[in-house]
Amino acid sequence: MNPKQMRSPLRIAKGLGSAQSGTEHWILQRLTALALVPLSLYALAGFFQIVLTGGYAGAIAWLGTPIGAVFVLMFLLVGLRHAVLGLEVVIEDYIHKSSDKVALIFFVKFVAGAAALLGTLSLAKIYVGV
Amino acid sequence: MPSETPAPKTPVRRPLSPHLQIYKPQITSATSILHRITGVGLSVGILIAVAWLAALAGGEESYAVFLALARMPVAQIILFALTAALFYHLLNGIRHLFWDAGIGLEIKTAVRWGYLVLFGAIVLTVFVWLKIYGVAP
Repeated sequence: MNPKQMRSPLRIAKGLGSAQSGTEHWILQRLTALALVPLSLYALAGFFQIVLTGGYAGAIAWLGTPIGAVFVLMFLLVGLRHAVLGLEVVIEDYIHKSSDKVALIFFVKFVAGAAALLGTLSLAKIYVGV
Repeated sequence: MPSETPAPKTPVRRPLSPHLQIYKPQITSATSILHRITGVGLSVGILIAVAWLAALAGGEESYAVFLALARMPVAQIILFALTAALFYHLLNGIRHLFWDAGIGLEIKTAVRWGYLVLFGAIVLTVFVWLKIYGVAP
């Protein structure tokens, strides 16, 4: 431990800083970003293939495979989480009226949650083939 | 007791730190704000992707409706913009991850990768859409 270091080992291990929160927001934004590099490339390549040649049957066939269904679902959920984290920062930066800020962030989370559920249910329906 | 000074008739013009109107736009600041703008745009884009999945899950008829909507000129322009936004945000996001790791923060490198990211996003977007319209080999 650096003798000039004033923070206790516990404080360093927790890594929260003086605001006590926010670090996990920052870390999660980077982690989701990292995960989205391969996930978005996979989703984009599959989607591109459908647009070029697949059509309806091709899309159903793709999302009917375990790999296709799981990776598209992961792309969707991680992508929505990443979008919420990013929009939160943008809203906090530009909306200064507290009530507007809270309401807008709530709205973003509500829409993202609904989209996550609709996307999951749709993918499940396609995968099971009802 | 401190004596109260009367409020000045004209507000004191205190010096402000330089802001958007003062700085000359640079590639680093332009790519930074573009990262935010494309990020907000892509948040809407992922909702369109969910709509695509829902249409697909609804069966062939609802999928045909989605395709008819997506083939409208306005929708094509939006989808083109979203493709560009995705490629840009993806490439510039990787640039940001390198910065977070402390790599590439030298001014020369930051500027060079700024132009490269812009160039790469344009090339990829144009290639994909030429392919979609059957022009590219």
